[in-house]
Amino acid sequence: MLPSHEQVWRELATIPDPEIPAISIVDLGIVRDVQVDGGAVRISITPTYSGCPAMRLIEDQIKELLTQDGFSCIEVKTVYAPAWTTDWLSPDAKQRLKASGIAPPQPATELVAGPKRRQPLACPFCDSTQTELRSEFGPTACKAIYFCNSCRQPFEHFKNF
Amino acid sequence: MNADLFNFVAGLADDRLVLGHRLSEWCGHAPILEEDIALANIALDLIGQAQNFLKLAGDIEGAGRNEDQLAYFRDPAQFLNLQLVEQPNGDFAFTIARQAIFDCWSVYLLEALSSSSHQELAALCVRAAKEDRYHWKHSSTWVQRLGDGTAESHQRMQSAFDALWSFTPELFQATAAQQKLVAAGLIPNLSSLESQWRKAMNELLEMATLKVPTVGAAAGRPARSQHTAHLAPMLSEMQGLARAFPGAAW
Repeated sequence: MLPSHEQVWRELATIPDPEIPAISIVDLGIVRDVQVDGGAVRISITPTYSGCPAMRLIEDQIKELLTQDGFSCIEVKTVYAPAWTTDWLSPDAKQRLKASGIAPPQPATELVAGPKRRQPLACPFCDSTQTELRSEFGPTACKAIYFCNSCRQPFEHFKNF
Repeated sequence: MNADLFNFVAGLADDRLVLGHRLSEWCGHAPILEEDIALANIALDLIGQAQNFLKLAGDIEGAGRNEDQLAYFRDPAQFLNLQLVEQPNGDFAFTIARQAIFDCWSVYLLEALSSSSHQELAALCVRAAKEDRYHWKHSSTWVQRLGDGTAESHQRMQSAFDALWSFTPELFQATAAQQKLVAAGLIPNLSSLESQWRKAMNELLEMATLKVPTVGAAAGRPARSQHTAHLAPMLSEMQGLARAFPGAAW
């Protein structure tokens, strides 16, 4: 029997993000819509950053999973509106990011806040706010590099977006 | 109207494709590792934005051209980018000055376009504006650091702005197509961009102890209609593989 609409959502929530495997593509808000109609399934996804190189892989992984489920007609559609924001990450997903050593995003409004109004960023290892930005650009488009002056650890920050 | 909207969106795309390609030329050559990563990341954002805008332009045109066909199979004369972005990288100061001029303008432009009545264009601009805010933070920080740095870095930063300033009038030259789109309500009026940009650049250059160069004469030609000698060699490298092996796939 083919999985239901709710089961498809639950299955998609088991696909880890290729670059940040601590959270899934559903946690990230990449999956926007699921439509099941008989043997046909249509998934809408939205990119995080404009040039995110993981989108093609994510699309392939979704198709592979749904093929194994036995759907005969699978469509993965990319949608652009509304634009993705880190505000879509659930509190639980943010907690798992922190547990994997990545400082979770602050509210997206922080991106436009002036330097003096910005919230301090807490180190994911020791919770100290004695941290400093080393580079706005890190190993993936969505992360910046910080350094903790308390525990002397470099760490990544999932940028406010 | 479709042809005008195509030209406008393709212009947004071409600026980003050409500048993204220029920045990618730094990959493996930047002065420090963090900068190598930063410039490559910014290039990736810009090329991603270009891909999305070109795809939209192809849809608007409705002639079956996709983003790859538009990127790889148009000749230099058909590219609609600003002359600013096709200028070769020069030294690090030159790359940063080019980037700061572009980023500051691009943030204001994309934020204005975020309220376009064309929903998909607006959504692409919301995302790209956030990316470009990070680019602007990066380039403006370097302008301050190098301008207010050593005598050598100050002089290089000043020379870069002096050399690039004559390309800035083109940023604010409204094309005939653009005016028609404003009249049709498809894009907002962009006339306030120049004063916003000038104010932000003046503040930045002052903080960086740099002089605002005197404005070059306004270009006596329609915007985005002509290129300098630098675009064609860059495109021939970028397009070489796709043209030698049409349909090549990874």
